Amino acid sequence: MKIQVRYFAAFREAAGLAAEPVETQADTPAALFRECAGRHPALQSYSASLVAINDEMADWEQPLAEGDEVLFFPPVAGG
Amino acid sequence: MNSFRIISTAIEPWALRAHLADPACGAYVQFEGWVRDHNEGQRVRRLEYEVYEPLALKEGQRIVAEAVERFGLSRAAAIHRSGLLELTDIAVLVGAAAPHRSEAFDACRYIIDQLKVRLPIWKKEYYANGAAEWVNCQRCAEAGHRHGL
Repeated sequence: MKIQVRYFAAFREAAGLAAEPVETQADTPAALFRECAGRHPALQSYSASLVAINDEMADWEQPLAEGDEVLFFPPVAGG
Repeated sequence: MNSFRIISTAIEPWALRAHLADPACGAYVQFEGWVRDHNEGQRVRRLEYEVYEPLALKEGQRIVAEAVERFGLSRAAAIHRSGLLELTDIAVLVGAAAPHRSEAFDACRYIIDQLKVRLPIWKKEYYANGAAEWVNCQRCAEAGHRHGL
């Protein structure tokens, strides 16, 4: 299925891009992240990171659907 | 006024107080987070916040609403900066008004603690030696810690 992936802050710098369309068999954000990290080895691990799907905070094991926009957030540091 | 806002210009320390004033309240507690000149042994010159606004706004408003509900507050609000900040600038401002001081203190603490770990906001520090780095919050740095959603 087709998924739009977006990277933020340190993830964007590690991947070298802010967004990319992907064609994937990954059925969860966790699996999708591992796939993306395969293409962009600097991404390494999503431990302590957050994920959102279509502008709602999501779980790493939540199912993905065709056309979803998946946002990968590195560890946050507001305040 | 929205209970949580992101702004790219200087936060004035009195920005919330007048909006939160309420004759039913006997206590108002305000927290200001400032830009500090050092972090983990490095001398910090300035910093930059990157904010993913669509989600940060939703989540920030949710946190303020939780505090009002949980502590029986009269009113609360917060503002977080985006963009480039200089030393001593206000990075985040939280205000909580309640009938009595105990709830106002607790709610203010709850809001700032939650804002720090739940908002899609990232901080890049620029150091005196010319280097710059994205900073991880302390709790995130603990092995395997994932924030509750």
